[in-house]
Parts: sequence; structure tokens; C-alpha cells
Amino acid sequence: MTERIAFTQSLFRSFTLYYMVSEELDIANKNVPAKKDDTGVQYVNELTTLNLGPTHPATHGIFQNILQMDGEKIVSSEQTIGYIHRAFEKIAERRPFYQITTLTDRMNYCSSPINNMGWHMTVEKLLGVEIPKRAQYIRVIMMELARVADHIICNGILGVDTGAFTGFLYIYQEREFIYEIYEEMCGARLTTNMGRIGGMERDLSPTAIRKIKEFLARFPKILREFENLFNRNRIFMDRVVNVGGISAERALSYGFTGPNLRAAGVDYDVRVMNPYSSYQDFEFDIPVGQSGDTYDRFMVRNEEMWQSMRIIQQALDNLPEGPHYADAPQYYLPPKQEVYKNMEALIYHFKIVMGEIDAPVGEVYHAVEGGNGELGFYLISDGGRTPYRLHFRRPCFIYYQAYPEMCKGLTLSDAIVIMSSMNVIAGELDA
Amino acid sequence: MASDIKMVEGPESYNGAGFQATSFDKLIGLARANSLWPLPFATSCCGIEFMSTMSSTYDLARFGSERPSFSPRQADMLLVAGTIAKKMGPILKQVYLQMAEPRWVMAIGACASSGGIFDTYSVLQGIDRIIPVDVYVPGCPPRPEQILDGVMQIQELAKNESLRRRNTEEYQKLLNSYNIQ
Amino acid sequence: MLTNEEVAQTIIQQFGQSVSDFDDPYDLLTFTADRDQLFALISFLKEHKTLQIGFLTDITAIHYPDTKGMEFCVVYHLHSLVNNFRLRIKVYLSDEDVHVPTIIPLFAGANWMERETFDLFGVIFDGHPDLRRILNMEEMDYHPMLKQYPLEDETREDKIDALFGR
Repeated sequence: MTERIAFTQSLFRSFTLYYMVSEELDIANKNVPAKKDDTGVQYVNELTTLNLGPTHPATHGIFQNILQMDGEKIVSSEQTIGYIHRAFEKIAERRPFYQITTLTDRMNYCSSPINNMGWHMTVEKLLGVEIPKRAQYIRVIMMELARVADHIICNGILGVDTGAFTGFLYIYQEREFIYEIYEEMCGARLTTNMGRIGGMERDLSPTAIRKIKEFLARFPKILREFENLFNRNRIFMDRVVNVGGISAERALSYGFTGPNLRAAGVDYDVRVMNPYSSYQDFEFDIPVGQSGDTYDRFMVRNEEMWQSMRIIQQALDNLPEGPHYADAPQYYLPPKQEVYKNMEALIYHFKIVMGEIDAPVGEVYHAVEGGNGELGFYLISDGGRTPYRLHFRRPCFIYYQAYPEMCKGLTLSDAIVIMSSMNVIAGELDA
Repeated sequence: MASDIKMVEGPESYNGAGFQATSFDKLIGLARANSLWPLPFATSCCGIEFMSTMSSTYDLARFGSERPSFSPRQADMLLVAGTIAKKMGPILKQVYLQMAEPRWVMAIGACASSGGIFDTYSVLQGIDRIIPVDVYVPGCPPRPEQILDGVMQIQELAKNESLRRRNTEEYQKLLNSYNIQ
Repeated sequence: MLTNEEVAQTIIQQFGQSVSDFDDPYDLLTFTADRDQLFALISFLKEHKTLQIGFLTDITAIHYPDTKGMEFCVVYHLHSLVNNFRLRIKVYLSDEDVHVPTIIPLFAGANWMERETFDLFGVIFDGHPDLRRILNMEEMDYHPMLKQYPLEDETREDKIDALFGR
């Protein structure tokens, strides 16, 4: 009996709710004269405010977009970020140089080795340390693997956001294989802390070389399968072509770099413009798009994965012999056998572990091509054991400003697709 | 073909032709433990390891978490993976409040458990400052096997929980200490 | 190929009194500019036919609490994509008067960079359409990156400083 009453009550409630909602809809559909907001976008009805809130499905990261929508069309949007502000720059003022590597891992955590290597190169530039060729080639291999890993996530998640979960599952397996290669090199899967100031901590072991060769053999097939699923897929193309385009002038004015800028037609790549770590020895192309829309960004990232494979192949074929670390005992831990026997090695070991390395006074800016663009490190040292000021030039932070402009006038589903094609990673956004 | 699929054993019961007599909490515990729907509250790096846990190699679906629900109203367990900043704290609490009982919370990673390496002005030093946590999975980030171990611990909790636990005074006192009514 | 000396000469010819302290640490041309001429300087660099320094890489600030009269330094990193030339401009500000003109009319990307600098250091950008905190909570009443504030949270009660060696 009580159930029947409860049921009737709930039915009545839902009927009332429906009635109330439809009343609102009637008000919304009445003949209201067209209004224009100050940017010229025309809207007829009352605007709805939709909170594309900090908690997103499918782990893009946490940032909030408050959208003003006219029905399904977006009129304007306002962004709030900072939900994962971890104060990296302030922490870095307390840590000796080699302890900051673990912080850089956690910025763009989909491609940690690139952040690590970029930081090591910045400090090496400050200290004036020359890295031997073999270490540079190993760094290139690891950075390109990280770039492939980053693009795997971005393109896979773009597929998931358009509804295609299969592509993501197929290609994510390759990321697990890249994790195995990382584990051979440094022991960790995701936040790698790879390399040291002055080179790499260990040489490429035979297992690592075997795994990289196996990766080069099996990844092309998977990538081709992934491309067959998406590149000429009618549904996917309808969702992403001409969605979220940005012109090259606007992109440059906003400070875009990386695949987002290359999709808009500007071929700016830090690896080519300011080569670092022997990138000038390798032959690779830079894929460039035309209209800067989501499809171009997707295709540019796919093509970059092919180019990264080329670079890894060349680096592995031409890997020079030699030490994997620089002969700079005051910055790179001397081998343990030396420490037990030799007095200077003991002193250097003690000084490095205590963090008392002699850093010159100066300021240096070094940029590397991260998965999302120009990742810059601005380091000011005052001669002490920790930096005086360290600033990260984070590409995600800079290009995410353009999001309201890119999704103006489009529908909500387009806005989601644009956000995932821009590859916004919250760790890098807030730092 | 079905020989190496591990089946869960039924609870102790008095069986007969067409009937089985057992106690409710054993049956309901069994059902709950093997169909926990997670709410992935993935913030940063641990979220990527959580994605690895969900995908094919370390499949989370075989533990019953086939449908990661992003709506708190339909989820059983809240997996907080990643750093929670003070700005995010109220939102996490809101999501927790929207979940229906019975609900379990798992803090994945060092940042969610205790603030991790970020002892700064902007990071909440552990989510147990704002919501009650059942299982902590340490690591930075924890391997997917560790996350699965955490899920298995929650399964143990769910299986052995008494049906009246959420209405007991002890539980109410716990919630009140977090200002949750 | 532009060299640091050429560019320095061009800038000195145009702006003479307002720029000073030319240096190139690690081969990156760095100089100090006056706050009043900053906007004119950056638009000159952007519209110059040869220099074409049209890409804003970054804006940040540094706090030097010990130097009186020059406590804050706002640093602009610019880049010429056409000529592959980078440069760094520094503007020194005193503690009492932490205002700088905004360069949003020249570069749309300066919007959030300036908001971040305001949030962390308290540098006020005159003419910014929406200068409020971006990374921290709106209610926060201090600017955390200044040297006098500690890294850790003041209100935490479980981590005893003595045990952590502070």
C-alpha cells in the first residue's frame, strides 16, 4: 500500500516537474526579438549557463569552463583553472638542482622524459657541461618515445570523446610497451626522473635495445590500423573537420607552439630552429596543417608519430660508442669504485649528494620541443645550492587561453572535441 | 573453456531442491563486492596510471567495475587519484556528498593520501581532511597492480560489511567529524 | 642572420635613454627598459621590417627583496620566428609602485601570462581587462611567490617543523 502511494507521489512529482520544465520551455520559445552580444553573435532566447565543471569524464584534467549557451550553440565561455596548482616554482626555490627533476616529471606527465631532459639541458647550459654524443643520442631516443606516448594518449582520447573507444584500447597497449622501455632505462613507468645532470644514469642495456627494436617493428602496424579506423572514417570526419579552427595570425598572437601551431600552418619546431642534443644530425620532416581545425591537429599528431619513429630508427642505427655521461665529476656522481679509493671522488660525491655544487651566477633560458609545444625553463641562479628563481614556460597554459575563441558559435559536443584535440594536460596548465 | 575462469564461491547456506537459505548480509555483501562501480576522480599523474588500470593489460572490468560511472549518483566507490588542491577540496566534498550509501573511498597515490611531495600552501595534505577514506594506496604513482590490490581490499570491506553499518552511531559520529550530515 | 650587436644598435638608436644594461648571458640578448617606453619599445620591435620580433614567449617576474628601489623585475621573453632571434627585456619596479602597462593590444597571449604574474607576485598591469587571480583561490589575500612568505601552509598542524629539520 505504501509502495503504491509512493509510486503515485513520484509520478505526480515527475508530472509536475515536466509541466514546470515545459512552462520554461514555452517562455524560452516565445517570440523574443533577436539580440546581439557585443561580439556580434546573435542569439534569440535566454542564455543558459552550463558548467563544464572541473570534474570531467575521461581524465582530461581539471579545469572549469562556464559556457553561456543559446540552446546548443555556445555564445561565450569563461575559464577557471588552478584546481591543481601545486606551486612548482616555489618548491623549486628550495630544492637542489637534481631534486627538481622529480618536479618536472609531474608537469606534463604523459611525456615525462621530455621534461626531465629539458631541465637537465638547462642546468648543463648554466654549468657549461658538454654531453658526449652517446648520451645525447640516448636522450633523443627517450624523448621521441615520450612524444609518441603523449600523442598516443591525445589521439586515443580524441577518439574516445567522439565515441570510438576501440581505437583507444588498441593503441594504449603500445603505451604499455613504451612503459616497459622506460622501466629498463630508469625503473619507473610514468614519472620517470630519467637522466642526470651530465648525461644518463645508465647506458642502454641490451634488453632496452632489444625492446626498442621490437617497438619499432610492431608499432607501425598498430599505428596503421589506428589510422585506418579514423583518418577517412565518415563519422569521425563529420565530427572534427572544420571544428575549432584558428588562423595562423591568431595562433601566433596567442603564443601557440607545437602541434596546435603546426596544424594552423606555421612550421615552428624548436628541434629545428634551436637544435639541442644533436637533433641536427637527424633527418625528419615537420608535418604542417592548413586550417588549424581539430582534424588537422589529429593528423599532425599522427604524422609526428611516424616522424618520431624515423628519428628513433636513425638514432639506434647510428648510436656512437662512448661514455654515457660527461667527464664532470663535480656535477655527475663519480662511480662507486672511485669513491671508495680516490680522495677527490669522495669529496665530489659528498658535495653532490649534499647539494653543494658550485653553480655560477647567471640566468639561462632553454626551450625544448615538448609534446605540446615549446617547453621553456627560465633559471636564475645566484650561486647557491638552489635556484633563485625558476620559471616554467608551459605551452598548455599559454594556448588554453584561446579556447573561448575557438569554440564560439559551435555546439557543446564540438567544444568537448576541441578541448581534447588541444591536448590540455592539467599538470602543465597549473604547475 | 570455462575451466580457468575463477568463479566466486557462494556463501554458506542450507541448500535444497530449488531453494537456498542463507543470511542477507552474506548474499548482499557478495553481490556488492563483485559489482563495484568506480567513480574515477582523476586529477593528475595517478589518473594516467588509473587509465592503464582500466585498459586491457590490467583490466579493471574483470573485478566487476565494468562501468566507470562519472555520475556520483550511480557510483559505489570514489577513486581519488592525484593531487587535490585546496581549490578542488569543496568540489571533492560535493561529489562525495552526492554519492548514495553504501559508498567507499579509495585514495590512490601519495598526493591523495597525504599531500605527497607537495607540502605547499596550495595543496590539501591528504583527502582524509575532508572526507572519510577507506583504503589508501601509496605510490607515486602506484603501479596498476597496486591499484587493483586496493580494489580487492575494498571488495573485502564490501563483502564483510554488516547491513546496518551505515546507520550505526559510530558511523554517524565519523561523518559528523567531517561536518557531513 | 641577426646578431646581438646589430639588434642592440637598432634599439639604442631608436630608444637611446630608455634602454640600458645590454648583456648577452648564454648568447641571449638581455637589456633593461624603462616602464614608460615599454609598450612603444615592444610595438617597435614587432613592426620593424627587419627585426620582426612578433612572438611573445613568456612574461614573468622576479622578486629581489634586498635591492632597495628595484624590488620587482618583470621579464619579457620575445622571439622572432622569421629571423630565429630571441631577446629578453627586463623592467625594474620599486616596491611602492608596482605597475606596468599591459601589452595585450600587441599579443593576445599576454592575457593569462600577466594574470599569473599578478597572482603570484602582485604586479599590477594597467589596462588589463580582467586582472584577477588565476592559479590560486580568489579569496587568497597574499601573493605567494614573494620571498617573505613560506612554502608550507601556515595552518597545518600535523607536520612539526622541528622533526622536518626546519
